[in-house]
Amino acid sequence: MVIYGIALLGICTLLGLFVGELLGSLFGIDANVGGIGIAMFLLMCCTSFFKGRFKIGDVSEKGITFWSMIYIPIVVAMAAKQNVVGAIDGGFMALLAGLLVVAVSFIFVPIISNFKRK
Amino acid sequence: MEILNEVLVSNNLITAFVFVGLIVYLSYFFSNHFTGGRFHGSAIAIILGLISAYMAGLFTEGQKGVADFAILSGVGILGGSMLRDFAIVATAYGANFNDLRSSGKAGVFSLLFGVILSFSFGALVAISFGYDDPRSITTIGAGTVTFVVGPITGSAIGAESEVIALSIAAGLVKSILVMTITPLVAGRIGLDNPKSAMVFGGLMGTNSGVAAGLAAVDPKLVPYGAMTATFYTAVGCLLVPSVLFFLISALY
Repeated sequence: MVIYGIALLGICTLLGLFVGELLGSLFGIDANVGGIGIAMFLLMCCTSFFKGRFKIGDVSEKGITFWSMIYIPIVVAMAAKQNVVGAIDGGFMALLAGLLVVAVSFIFVPIISNFKRK
Repeated sequence: MEILNEVLVSNNLITAFVFVGLIVYLSYFFSNHFTGGRFHGSAIAIILGLISAYMAGLFTEGQKGVADFAILSGVGILGGSMLRDFAIVATAYGANFNDLRSSGKAGVFSLLFGVILSFSFGALVAISFGYDDPRSITTIGAGTVTFVVGPITGSAIGAESEVIALSIAAGLVKSILVMTITPLVAGRIGLDNPKSAMVFGGLMGTNSGVAAGLAAVDPKLVPYGAMTATFYTAVGCLLVPSVLFFLISALY
């Protein structure tokens, strides 16, 4: 049943977000601490467990793969609801700060990725 | 016309599917016919989304892009954090455990390093623009971490609302730049494997920027980048109003 896949995904997501909120209140900050990461981790645990003992089933699997395939359209919708005017109206300083930080961060991606190999 | 309008508004989520479907179709058409597929369709779709958000913002003077039009209010649901998070988690299905484990250290390092790096450069820009009180400098630096860390820090340490607004703007600029520039520089910075995706997520941190940037490069990399980026805002909220604020205060 396709709903089993969606429900499993839902359980992992809700549990992850719940733990993330708990961690946030533990640290006394108003933010979700890694909820999505925890949820992804749970889903990976579940699926490797299913692969080992049970079969989650092809149809149930589609409940999960549908959402991972609809991901890009969701991101496009997310882009279309950003406050782009607010970003550009923030003035020269906001633009410069954002630009500089992004440029410097990009430079460090290959540097840190290749740290260990050398 | 009025009846059509009513149908579109009361079924806003379905209207949003059609709207996004059209954008994606146009983008892939453009990608295949005008760039020979070199510029990825999803990258164009994200840029088209941002442009339409900009135009909608000018027209409606709202803050939610095209979702401020009643007809397109469903885009706000489809692109909101609930479905976005759900879909990001789903991308982890099929991600490789071993890849995650072998790049774990680099990911954690990039996370701490990324927050401090973004903060330092944001603070430097604030200082060079003549800000000299530690609260304003810290808040603007926090904004360049992400647009969530900015206002959280600002209100925690008591910055002026004008400075908080600036910090949000800086964070928005960051997130939009990450969305648009990532596909252009991905090849040059070696963003083509799980490890560099985790480092990328940890350095950039903006959830929406990382999500969209990686989607336009290679959807297979999304779970790795999202895994580190999801901790970024929290690390920022922990470090900036405490350790980094004390550091800045000590310097001034």
